[in-house]
Amino acid sequence: MQNNGSEKTKVKVYILGKEYEVPSSLTIMKAMEYAGYRFVRGCGCRAGFCGACATLYRTQGDHKLKAALACQKTVEEGMYLTQIPFAPAEKSKYELRELKPSPNILIQHYPEIAKCLSCNTCSKACPQDLDVMDYVQAALRGDLEKVTKLSFDCLSCGLCAIRCPAEIVPYNVALLARRLYGRYLLKAAPEVEDRISEIKEGKFNEEISELMQMNLDDLKKQYNEREILI
Amino acid sequence: MAIELTSDAKHFRDKIAILSGEDVSICYQCGECSASCPYASEMDLLPSTVIRLIQLGQKELINSQCIWLCSTCLSCFARCPQSIDIAKVMEALRQLNLRKQKYNMDLGKISSEDLNRLPQVALIASLRKLSG
Amino acid sequence: MMVSKMKLFMFPGCALKTTALGFEASALSSASCLGIELIELPNWNCCGTVHSLSTDDVMHHLAPLRNLLKAQEVDHDTFFESNGKLVTFCSLCFNTLKRSSILIRENTDKRNIITSFIEKEEYPQFEVSNFLEILREIGYDTIKNKVKKPLKGLTILPYYGCMLLRPKEIGIDDPENPQVLEDLLTALGADIVDSPYKTKCCGSYHTVANKRLAMNLSYKILNNSENNGANAIVTSCPLCAFNLDNLQKEITQVHPSFRKIPIFYYTQLMALSFDLEDESLGLSSNYVDQKPLLNKLGL
Repeated sequence: MQNNGSEKTKVKVYILGKEYEVPSSLTIMKAMEYAGYRFVRGCGCRAGFCGACATLYRTQGDHKLKAALACQKTVEEGMYLTQIPFAPAEKSKYELRELKPSPNILIQHYPEIAKCLSCNTCSKACPQDLDVMDYVQAALRGDLEKVTKLSFDCLSCGLCAIRCPAEIVPYNVALLARRLYGRYLLKAAPEVEDRISEIKEGKFNEEISELMQMNLDDLKKQYNEREILI
Repeated sequence: MAIELTSDAKHFRDKIAILSGEDVSICYQCGECSASCPYASEMDLLPSTVIRLIQLGQKELINSQCIWLCSTCLSCFARCPQSIDIAKVMEALRQLNLRKQKYNMDLGKISSEDLNRLPQVALIASLRKLSG
Repeated sequence: MMVSKMKLFMFPGCALKTTALGFEASALSSASCLGIELIELPNWNCCGTVHSLSTDDVMHHLAPLRNLLKAQEVDHDTFFESNGKLVTFCSLCFNTLKRSSILIRENTDKRNIITSFIEKEEYPQFEVSNFLEILREIGYDTIKNKVKKPLKGLTILPYYGCMLLRPKEIGIDDPENPQVLEDLLTALGADIVDSPYKTKCCGSYHTVANKRLAMNLSYKILNNSENNGANAIVTSCPLCAFNLDNLQKEITQVHPSFRKIPIFYYTQLMALSFDLEDESLGLSSNYVDQKPLLNKLGL
């Protein structure tokens, strides 16, 4: 990789208020490590999936507050950032098997959703660009399907809960909605039921015992030459 | 009992005027609002008394119980001969508490059973008026 | 007599989708019978009831205004065909949306702050209307012509509550002596009972945290209606309907001689008199069962 030493390959970022010059191609997380920070909190999968590295930042000359995942977002010139490794949020205690998907079930567990102002601050804070306000409104109406569909890619990073003026924790509401939907409302795929019956009948027993007795080389060959159906 | 219009009292009176947008100095105490108010029998102070006490800048009004009973039904406003919106004045008194996080409603005290059967509108309206 | 097809955008509100399903079902079916197509506003939010009364408050007007500005996202032809009207059924939604629409039109500062915050242009906005106003415009004779089963035997107290009539800037009728429900129900063939409590507050949201207070107020309304000879009460607000219906449970405990009285939405009685299917009436979720009275009267 060529480094021509030009200033254009580095940008100024401000981590917890202190200025650093970091390569412009790095993600926030890599840039912080480049600057000498060692992560013991606020770092997880490094792949945009776990929601641990929630970050809030502003860029110079722009008053808008922006949100991102440190492991995914590339640094920008004049970025002024801090991390939010944890959002204080109480989760309602429930036994899923004892719940019924009634229209007010979400209100029963999280009555504060009735305080939603429709201000949309939550959606603006979402690093996944989800329609958070829309799913909180759907939760208010007991529309479990809509909450599930809109919140599917939620990482529970906590930024919406930190920013909400009505002190709602949207991701906990969505979690309950998805659990209820998955358990009670989503139709089971008939193929799964069929396959379970087949297994119980012993249709695959011979194949399985064959595999269990195979040596490592043969197993590897089987795996590498397996048929992949798309 | 002598009531002195201190600068504190004037400040309170003006604050209510700004927050409610209502000029209560034109109230001549006819009592129509108190007669119309459906909650009057349960209130510690009648609506017309509240207006009078605001004219006299009595800050202790923010601690009264009656302001939390008002449901902004607007019977008072509909009948006031001077078209004073007493509900707005009650709201201003509530806001002075709510903005200091002195709420009149605790979500934790509502039973799960109630949360299940109540229409959401009741909870939404209640939270707007009784909590911040 | 053919009623020409009218298209109107409709704002259902949270209650009509959950605890007041009967209101929505009967509204859609009776409107359809009258030649009105109600198109649900796409992607609406809670109206944010009740209207905020503080002069400096901007935040609590966000919710209603978001819905009013949805006018910019709907099909333009239908918008102009409907004269930009947004029909509401729930009195609370009507009151909140209408008061906010007026406030935003008159208060330029607040309008600017809100529209820039939610990043939308100012116009066009919906014109908020209540279904009872639409019915009044259509004319009670037209409605009477659709009646196949006159509501004989029903002596009804039309209960208005607060939100339809006050404040005057949005009230759909005279706040002291309204007639719009009386006229409608008379056209449907029912008898009317009058009561000084027909415009008195039912207790509203106090049913959440101060049930006894709401119960006392609802009791006065129910008791007076019965004393005046009513065998049913009609309302247009899901919260009033809840209080008047559900609190009868507590009322009977405190006043053992109290006789239960069924509560209806006016659209349910419309659907009943137009002889529409049972599902469109939605008479199943009340505390006080409405069916015994209807069966007794052969309706």
